[in-house]
Amino acid sequence: MAVNPQAGDHIVKSYDEELENLNNDIIKMGGLTEAQIARSIESVIRRDPELATRVIADDELVDDLNYEIDIQTTRLLALRQPMALDLRHIVAALKISADLERIADYAANISKRAITLSSAAPVPPVHSIPRMSRMAQQMVKDVLDAYIARDVDKAVAVWHSDETLDIMYTSLFREALTYMIEDPRSISMCTHLLFIAKNIERIGDHVTNIAETIYFLVHGDRMRETRPKGNSEVETMNMSFSPDNKGDAEE
Amino acid sequence: MDTAVVEPNSDGTEAPKGVIDDRGEPMENAKIVARDVNVFYGEKQALFDVNLDIPENRVTALIGPSGCGKSTFLRCLNRMNDVIDICRVKGRIEIEGQDVYDPALDVVQLRARVGMVFQKPNPFPKSIYDNIAYGPRIHGTVTSKAELDEVVRSSLEKSGLLKEVEDRLDEPGTSLSGGQQQRLCIARAIAVSPDVILMDEPCSALDPIATARIEELIENLRERYTIVIVTHSMQQAARVSQRTAFFHLGNLVEVDDTEQMFTNPRDERTQGYITGRYG
Repeated sequence: MAVNPQAGDHIVKSYDEELENLNNDIIKMGGLTEAQIARSIESVIRRDPELATRVIADDELVDDLNYEIDIQTTRLLALRQPMALDLRHIVAALKISADLERIADYAANISKRAITLSSAAPVPPVHSIPRMSRMAQQMVKDVLDAYIARDVDKAVAVWHSDETLDIMYTSLFREALTYMIEDPRSISMCTHLLFIAKNIERIGDHVTNIAETIYFLVHGDRMRETRPKGNSEVETMNMSFSPDNKGDAEE
Repeated sequence: MDTAVVEPNSDGTEAPKGVIDDRGEPMENAKIVARDVNVFYGEKQALFDVNLDIPENRVTALIGPSGCGKSTFLRCLNRMNDVIDICRVKGRIEIEGQDVYDPALDVVQLRARVGMVFQKPNPFPKSIYDNIAYGPRIHGTVTSKAELDEVVRSSLEKSGLLKEVEDRLDEPGTSLSGGQQQRLCIARAIAVSPDVILMDEPCSALDPIATARIEELIENLRERYTIVIVTHSMQQAARVSQRTAFFHLGNLVEVDDTEQMFTNPRDERTQGYITGRYG
């Protein structure tokens, strides 16, 4: 079966096989990345430094796949001189693998902080992390499904859902800020937690990149969706440890 | 001139969706305008309602599988099809507003104005000098030996051959390598000051180095001339042209900027052909 539902098979069968291998490696890398996020969050929730250590070590598997995809795309570009849809397929694989690699890096970062967090008493905002991470994991899963099916509508829907993740992050930021103001002894742990939340929020941003790449892959054009962007960035940047903002954070 | 943006096919059916050609008003910088061109070889129709604008000082590539009509169309532009008895051309082809098929038109003058380079280099069995001097002599465009020398020199210069042959202009044209012979043929076409140069697979008999030299030459020539090239190499079309037209089964399927054609063509037949799915 053709990798791209938009077009039939190539006259040269080995070309189809190479494109299919590339497609399969992206899907494999996506699956591995999904698992890395799930396990990293588990290491935070279960306060499990051993699991966290394994997640950090396994990031290399994702890096290896990323390198393998770099090699495959370079080889395809040089040997097949792809055109049109095939060219976009290969360029998209290159871009998506870079986004997945970065997402997996965030999972490893989360696990690094999980090790530190597990050494101290839990701080309450940690309870918001699972909900946020479930959302991010679902986005990664959905965007991969959209990639497999070349489903632009689904990619656009995932792209829009990043807004919810941004709102969750802003909310967690406020919560953490409140705890830090009330109990300065929690500052260190709350800061680690904030970085974890920020990493999850960044995962969402890379998912939107992938959604945009899928749109380009299918249509050969730029996605022109709009949404209120950067709420969390602006809001969180305007928040500070001033008494005024304390009230704001408690809203 | 028909001003309709989209008109029905000759059989009254709507033009198939996604078929994009240059029906209607010609583009702003069109050097050649072809409208409703139909070509027949006896009973067999080779081209169907072709509408295509060829922009000035650009390279336009005609691509498509064998027998798609691209060479037939190219040969309509300087009436090379006239030499085939059973060939009939209907429709209108204008170069700068002048009807190419006007019965009063001097075909010899037309072919000086619209030069042609063929697949296989075909120098005359004469010296390098005489190969180039031949055209200006028969057209009487030069009045003195000094002037002729200058035309030969500048034509060789423009075709990138001068440095390689300036010491041996008396040697036969056929003594040159294949790539040099092809550049000699280009110099011969240039010598009679054409506006348009047609190239029919000019590199298919050449090695990659000679091909690269011709491609570099094409890039330089387009500043002065309008170039139309027929090629089977998609990569070559992508490298040398600014505009690409895809022919299939005698129809012009799609014409667009080359960049658009090779990254995101609009017609699935174009996509199938350029990605190697055609067949």
